Amino acid sequence: MKITLKVMRQTGPSAEPRLVQYELMGISGDMSFLEMLDVLNEELTERGEDPVAFDSDCREGICGMCGIVIDGEAHGPERTTVCQLHMRSFKDGDVITLEPWRASAFPVIKDLVVDRSSFDRIIQAGGYISVNTGAAPDAHATPVPKEDSDRAFEAAACIGCGACVAACPNASSMLFTAAKVAHLGLLPQGQPEREARVVNMLQQQDAEGFGGCTNIGECAAVCPKEIPLDVISTLNRDLGKALAGRG
Amino acid sequence: MTTTDTPAPAVSEGLVNGLYREGEPIADSKAPSGPLQNRWEERKFSARLVNPANRRKMSVIIVGTGLAGASAAATLGEAGYNVKAFYYQDSARRAHSIAAQGGINAAKNYKNDNDSTFRLFYDTVKGGDYRARESNVYRLAEVSAAIIDQAVAQGVPFAREYGGLLDNRSFGGVQVSRTFYARGQTGQQLLIGAYQAFQRQVAAGTVTSYARHEMLELIVADGRARGIIVRDMVTGEIETHLADAVVLGTGGYGNVFFLSTNAMGSNVSAAWRAHRKGAYFGNPCYTQIHPTCIPVSGSHQSKLTLMSESLRNDGRIWVPKDPADCDKDPREIPEDARDYYLERIYPAFGNLVPRDIASRSAKYQCDDGRGVGPAVDEVQPDGSTKQVRRGVYLDFADAIKRMGKSTVAAKYGNLFDMYQRITGEDPYEVPMRIYPAVHYTMGGLWVDYDLQSTIPGLFVTGEANFSDHGANRLGASALMQGLSDGYFVLPNTINDYLADAPFEALPEDHPAVAEAHASVSERVHKLLSVNGSRSVDSFHRELGTIMWEYCGMDRSEEGLKYAIGRIRELREEFWRDVRVLGENEELNQALERAGRVADFLELGELMCVDALHRRESCGGHFRSESQTEDGEALRDDENFAYVAAWEWGGEGEAPVLHKEDLQYEYVEMKQRSYK
Ligand SMILES: Cc1cc2nc3c(=O)[nH]c(=O)nc-3n(C[C@H](O)[C@H](O)[C@H](O)COP(=O)(O)OP(=O)(O)OC[C@H]3O[C@@H](n4cnc5c(N)ncnc54)[C@H](O)[C@@H]3O)c2cc1C
Ligand code: SF4
Ligand code: FES
Repeated sequence: MKITLKVMRQTGPSAEPRLVQYELMGISGDMSFLEMLDVLNEELTERGEDPVAFDSDCREGICGMCGIVIDGEAHGPERTTVCQLHMRSFKDGDVITLEPWRASAFPVIKDLVVDRSSFDRIIQAGGYISVNTGAAPDAHATPVPKEDSDRAFEAAACIGCGACVAACPNASSMLFTAAKVAHLGLLPQGQPEREARVVNMLQQQDAEGFGGCTNIGECAAVCPKEIPLDVISTLNRDLGKALAGRG
Repeated sequence: MTTTDTPAPAVSEGLVNGLYREGEPIADSKAPSGPLQNRWEERKFSARLVNPANRRKMSVIIVGTGLAGASAAATLGEAGYNVKAFYYQDSARRAHSIAAQGGINAAKNYKNDNDSTFRLFYDTVKGGDYRARESNVYRLAEVSAAIIDQAVAQGVPFAREYGGLLDNRSFGGVQVSRTFYARGQTGQQLLIGAYQAFQRQVAAGTVTSYARHEMLELIVADGRARGIIVRDMVTGEIETHLADAVVLGTGGYGNVFFLSTNAMGSNVSAAWRAHRKGAYFGNPCYTQIHPTCIPVSGSHQSKLTLMSESLRNDGRIWVPKDPADCDKDPREIPEDARDYYLERIYPAFGNLVPRDIASRSAKYQCDDGRGVGPAVDEVQPDGSTKQVRRGVYLDFADAIKRMGKSTVAAKYGNLFDMYQRITGEDPYEVPMRIYPAVHYTMGGLWVDYDLQSTIPGLFVTGEANFSDHGANRLGASALMQGLSDGYFVLPNTINDYLADAPFEALPEDHPAVAEAHASVSERVHKLLSVNGSRSVDSFHRELGTIMWEYCGMDRSEEGLKYAIGRIRELREEFWRDVRVLGENEELNQALERAGRVADFLELGELMCVDALHRRESCGGHFRSESQTEDGEALRDDENFAYVAAWEWGGEGEAPVLHKEDLQYEYVEMKQRSYK
């Protein structure tokens, strides 16, 4: 197939972004979207032009490293990660626009690469269970109902990609934060720190410059791991309890 | 036979095969003696302790935040040491461990099916084809139960039964159910547990985290590892970081093959740089090849995707008998025109033969011209391209007939969906295609029982070390080893070393620091200034082809010798003709890759030398000269029951082989047979 790409390029964090157009021939439907970009970069290298910077590592949809807004949609037209999107989802002659995740809490580093370290700092604010190594009781000491454990797993499946933020008109990271709060809050091990966790993580989320959640739901619609929107209600309930307890 | 005008590497007395020298055997791996069951307790007791107030004055650098590195960083941070952790991804949560699917073993005997520490130990030594150390493997089995306790306490949502207790499955041909799992995402959940423990220490101020930093050199001063040189991948700054000890948890080197199931950034650089500074490299040629991966679809493919081995429980593997049928719709090939080759050759095990046998057999069918799937260009080592089909069918038609589509979907649905997403074919309708791929490396830096390399103060954990797996790792044991090393072993053994710390502060202009810093800057500069005509990836692909063809599933003396020559030529061409654009002072992904490929070009040669010298077949390493009458792998315990620990011989010089003899006191060495 023949594909036209319009790529938002930016040489560094403070440089002006500009849209640059490239034509690619001989793209096969079996290529993943990122392999198509590899082909582009080989061609650019041959021509002596700077290759397009983009993030990826596992290329299996599990590490959360890749992330591109494709034709206005986070991770593109299908509900998956860009590394698992294949060119057969496009047609011969398509014009495709690529932009980085846009959010003030995710500053652009270069081209399509952004800095998501704000997510790590939200986790540092309480997205863990405090247990030192070697101090754990036998794993069977506390049974966990299968249903709770399965729901905890569902929330824990978040890969921290940031698509939810990129899709949200407010650039809110609520789905990401709520997924962690729900994961740990659904397990008995997570109870002692449950209330402090939600307050501290939300405080950090605000401090990082993420927008507020107004329940638009775009986040869950693009989430490649299908994190359910109701983790946000779980978070809100926990927050309510925490605040009432403090009042 | 010495001639004066031979160019480097100089041929001189003592060179074996013209390729390497033999050095002193390794005298001591520091394993305590006495009954196997007491060795770890004994070692812990004899290790010196560091008083909590002193730990604050001591610093440890950890490179890598996969299961091995993140767990070590968190645990040493909890203990009160000053930890600095480096990794090349943008978040510690993205280390390659995240991709592990199947599960993690532990001798908990929760199923009351006669599992025990000894049985896990026994299965693992046997699975390693008697090329792993008894003491290490026993300790691994012993510690395994505590890993599950730790992970559950951290909130890792393992699969559970209705009664609320943990569920187990059996995995990789063992006869007990000892594998704990979290759907098909066990690595992800375990890593997130370790990552959260790590972030907790970052918040507590004991761990400082360096994202997008790549280690490019080790600093060895006065005989001890004292720090690293890293490149900040965003600004290009070459930074020096010093500490009392250095830990490498940098993962495996399967990407030397270019196409593998590894993450794109997985590399050998940290380990290789340490090797060049004096750390021995153990068993570099031991690579595990996994039989059930989605085959190559085209020449632009960047990686291969693993599909769980569990598919072989119900799927039947076949190829057309007649090469002329290879491009036909498989559904139109009648039963009697199909060759169910595993069932034919191995009637006792059929499609469930171990990984190495299933992999090798698939390769033979395709080499024979009976492979299926799209014919793709394969670059031949001489540079020409040939069209080949690299795939065999994994057919569920019988299973669907027998169990019904919905049962098959309930069991394997997510794998079928993944297959369909990648190939665009519906495996419920058309048989899946699979092919072996490089998956895991059992070789790595040589370490003693304390996980210390031959450089004092340099410790190595997880897949980056060689220690526990022998020649043929079993499923679900790498996750176990990473976490065992990081949570339990290293935090105990490193104290003994640090009991002499803090060491005198190194001035930044210490010759060892200055040398390491200068060597990194020069190398980066050199890569950027070659300005040749070939892309980094084109070199990597070519190296991968050579490695796969000659140092992959089936190796011969002739092929390996040829490969060594080709790798040397390719390396020379790389430094003459590679094209890396841009500059150092920016995010430059081609530059990052170029540095990694340069190291792979050196490692590749050592892998071939190691494979060449080991004139036996063991585990996944099949030497065509060493096989039984009916074509099975033939081990040679008489001559090769040792670890090959390679010492860097110097630039352009032959490497030096040190042998560590393996003694089996508790397990009897037996020939494997699957017929
Ligand atoms: C698809 C797949 C499935 C698997 N499934 C299983 C399974 O079911 N069960 C099982 O037991 N095992 C499995 N394995 C194997 C297992 O996942 C790995 O062996 C294990 O996770 C390795 O962990 P690690 O911590 O040693 O290294 P990794 O997780 O690879 O981490 C390496 C770390 O080092 C860092 N790093 C590397 N080089 C540098 C450098 N030069 N500078 C700075 N940082 C660097 C990286 O950033 C990363 O943080 C699987 C492997 C694959 C590929
Ligand atoms: S919630 Fe979904 S979209 Fe957001 S970071 Fe997690 S996986 Fe990505
Ligand atoms: S590269 Fe890992 S999720 Fe896409």
